[in-house]
Amino acid sequence: MRLSPRATLLVSGLAASALLSGCVGAKSAEDSSDPSANADAKDVTLVINANDIVGGKNSAEATWITEKVIPGFVAAQKAKGVTAKVTFNGAGVEDEQYKTKLELNLKTGSGSDVFAADGIWLGELASAGYVKPLDDVVGAAAKGWDGWSQISKAVQQNLTFKDQLYGIPNGTDGRVLYFNKKLFAQAGLPADWQPTSWADILAAGQALKKVKGVTPIQINAGVPMGEATTAQGFLPLLAGTGKPLYDDSSAKWQGETQGVKDVLGFYQQIYGSGLGDPRMQQDKAGRDQSFAEFSKGKIGILAEGDYFWRSVICPSKDDCATTSMADRDDVVGWAKIPAKQPGAGVNGQDFVSVSGGSGWMLNPKTKYPQQAWELMAFMASKEMQTELSKAQIRVSARGDVNSETLKNDPLLSFISSEILPLTTYRPSDEKYNEVSLAIQQATADVVGGASPDKAAQTFKASLEKAVGGDHVAGS
Amino acid sequence: MATTSQAADVRPAPAGTPGPAPSGQRAPTPRHDGDVVGLGRARAVAFVAPAMVLVAVFLVFPAAWTLYLGLLDYSLTGSGAKAPTFVGLGNYTAALSDPAFAKSLYLTLLFVGGSAVLGQNVLGFFLAWYFRTASRVARTTLNVLVLLAWILPGSVVAFLWQALLDRRNGTLNALLGTTDMAWAIDHPMAVIIIFNIWRGTAFSMLLYTAALGTVPRSHLEVARMAGAGSWQQLRDVVLPTVKRHILTNTLLITLWTFNDFSPYLLTGGGPNNESEILPVYIYKEAIIGGHLGYGSAISLLLLIANLVIAVLYIRLLRTRDSEAA
Repeated sequence: MRLSPRATLLVSGLAASALLSGCVGAKSAEDSSDPSANADAKDVTLVINANDIVGGKNSAEATWITEKVIPGFVAAQKAKGVTAKVTFNGAGVEDEQYKTKLELNLKTGSGSDVFAADGIWLGELASAGYVKPLDDVVGAAAKGWDGWSQISKAVQQNLTFKDQLYGIPNGTDGRVLYFNKKLFAQAGLPADWQPTSWADILAAGQALKKVKGVTPIQINAGVPMGEATTAQGFLPLLAGTGKPLYDDSSAKWQGETQGVKDVLGFYQQIYGSGLGDPRMQQDKAGRDQSFAEFSKGKIGILAEGDYFWRSVICPSKDDCATTSMADRDDVVGWAKIPAKQPGAGVNGQDFVSVSGGSGWMLNPKTKYPQQAWELMAFMASKEMQTELSKAQIRVSARGDVNSETLKNDPLLSFISSEILPLTTYRPSDEKYNEVSLAIQQATADVVGGASPDKAAQTFKASLEKAVGGDHVAGS
Repeated sequence: MATTSQAADVRPAPAGTPGPAPSGQRAPTPRHDGDVVGLGRARAVAFVAPAMVLVAVFLVFPAAWTLYLGLLDYSLTGSGAKAPTFVGLGNYTAALSDPAFAKSLYLTLLFVGGSAVLGQNVLGFFLAWYFRTASRVARTTLNVLVLLAWILPGSVVAFLWQALLDRRNGTLNALLGTTDMAWAIDHPMAVIIIFNIWRGTAFSMLLYTAALGTVPRSHLEVARMAGAGSWQQLRDVVLPTVKRHILTNTLLITLWTFNDFSPYLLTGGGPNNESEILPVYIYKEAIIGGHLGYGSAISLLLLIANLVIAVLYIRLLRTRDSEAA
């Protein structure tokens, strides 16, 4: 048989691809990292990656990295006779895009040595083998770090997966309801507003509706808002109906349950009756728009985390750019998120919240595991964390830093003393992000006009697809 | 590819006569061995090999790879990234029974039909037709404007369109005096169709301008003398002459539009998936959702759809050929 060159090439191409195909997934066997690699190197190159950018998103943290962390670390290494070259690779995009880019980098074996990641991504990253426990990558140096004693167990939990630590937490947060006191005054509402039920929120919304040109309530919904929909909207509300999203003992996620239907019903009451702006939830840049609108005094009530307070509407134009509010401290009030009705929340609570936290993780493929760890530990040192809290007040992971800095900020001390004791955390399961996507879609359906029952049904179906029918609770 | 059969005797071919049509005294009898260029088999293979390697590496291999990935539950993160399992045709059956896929396919057909087959084609043709007799200045101006839409980078264009359509301070709202019209959210499909017409008409216009130049003036002259009006000239003289151009153009822009990702820059597939054409659906499933295996399966379905379209058009072209012969 004679094959034409074309056929020959076709066949050999197919054969080659069949051969290479065996490679998918087989890579995990060969990479066991060596903590002592290049431990004595005199020339060290490290790259830090975070979703921060000078003059844009999280500007204060980006400035902290470039102006405090890197020079400080380079100087410290120089004292030891090591020439360190550290670069910062910043970004200023949506968290979902940052996550995708990070995963693609890690997948291809590239990526920065030290990178910032949200704690809720850990399950996925660790299950894929993209990150490894500190014990494996760094070894003794990480175990014996003196900073651990300053970081509470609850905060360490954010970067723990299957009882192993994967990085150093950077801090924690909490969600509250922000409101605009000026608009509240116009609507005849009190400046020390504290709703005790969902009905109170709706009633305030009705009052605000009478003020012209104002969107009364913004509770994040829809897919473009991403995790903000889940963490700032759906989950605090769900916690207010009594049960958490994931039940550890039965290993089941809430599907078409009464709680889910109640939450979706609440969304319908807001977006179906003109209390919220449905189109903002559908807009690609909806969350940024909600920031801009609130900072211009066009939104009455907004559910957000403390990130919003410190990084979006801070009075400093340098740090918060176009959304900065010079009169923030006078105009913006905050309140705890109420349960559906008093006592209806998880553990019988009257008020609820959701917390999480990001941290710094190590790329297991780093050439300099020890030096990368030193850099991480330096970033999490008391000195550096105090610098960061000075640049932008926040709930640091470190107790010693918080006790000195939080008293300077009323909201952050409120979060620390009032919210963190009653808050809930998201499950660190590798399926969490898919569940979160299904949640976002369910709220999008309601905002788009579907009934809560219908949306809950679709939610249940996508949940079953994502986690399997045995792991979904509810009729 | 004319180099596929026997290569018995090798004779250098006379320069410049590749075609089978002997022109007068210059060419000897046409060759019987199929070695029209006269390179001999070994050299012919050597010449074609680089191209073939490129085709294999960049086309055949990725296609086969996609086919393979489509059979796994391969994902970007989680345990499916570490140890994907073989799911057979599971991804394909899942896609074909998924209403989201069906909806996306429908939106793609709407997008391709509205913006390419009808929009760019018709608008491009009529711009070429009406401006062929216009003054030089008018024609140049039109060319510059239309080409500009075509050559600007997609990201820049997307930015301009966002500014145009913005809900609060958009140019369009300012021009129309409308307030609070979120065009990209209220009419997502119309927006991306119009956007793509605006963006891609240049190609059709250029192609048709060239095609209309091939219509013999004498035919038009005769038709006019016989009393044919403008429409009749167009229908009976011009269209039959440029039919092949129309088919080729439609084929090209259909395939391009089928694979076009730029609507994502305008609407992100939203609101609530109302403008989620297939390339966007694949991106969202594979990259955002991390379902690489499922994404590969849909990509292959898209590839097959493309092939079907291409084959259909080429068939049509062939029938034209045999009619013409």
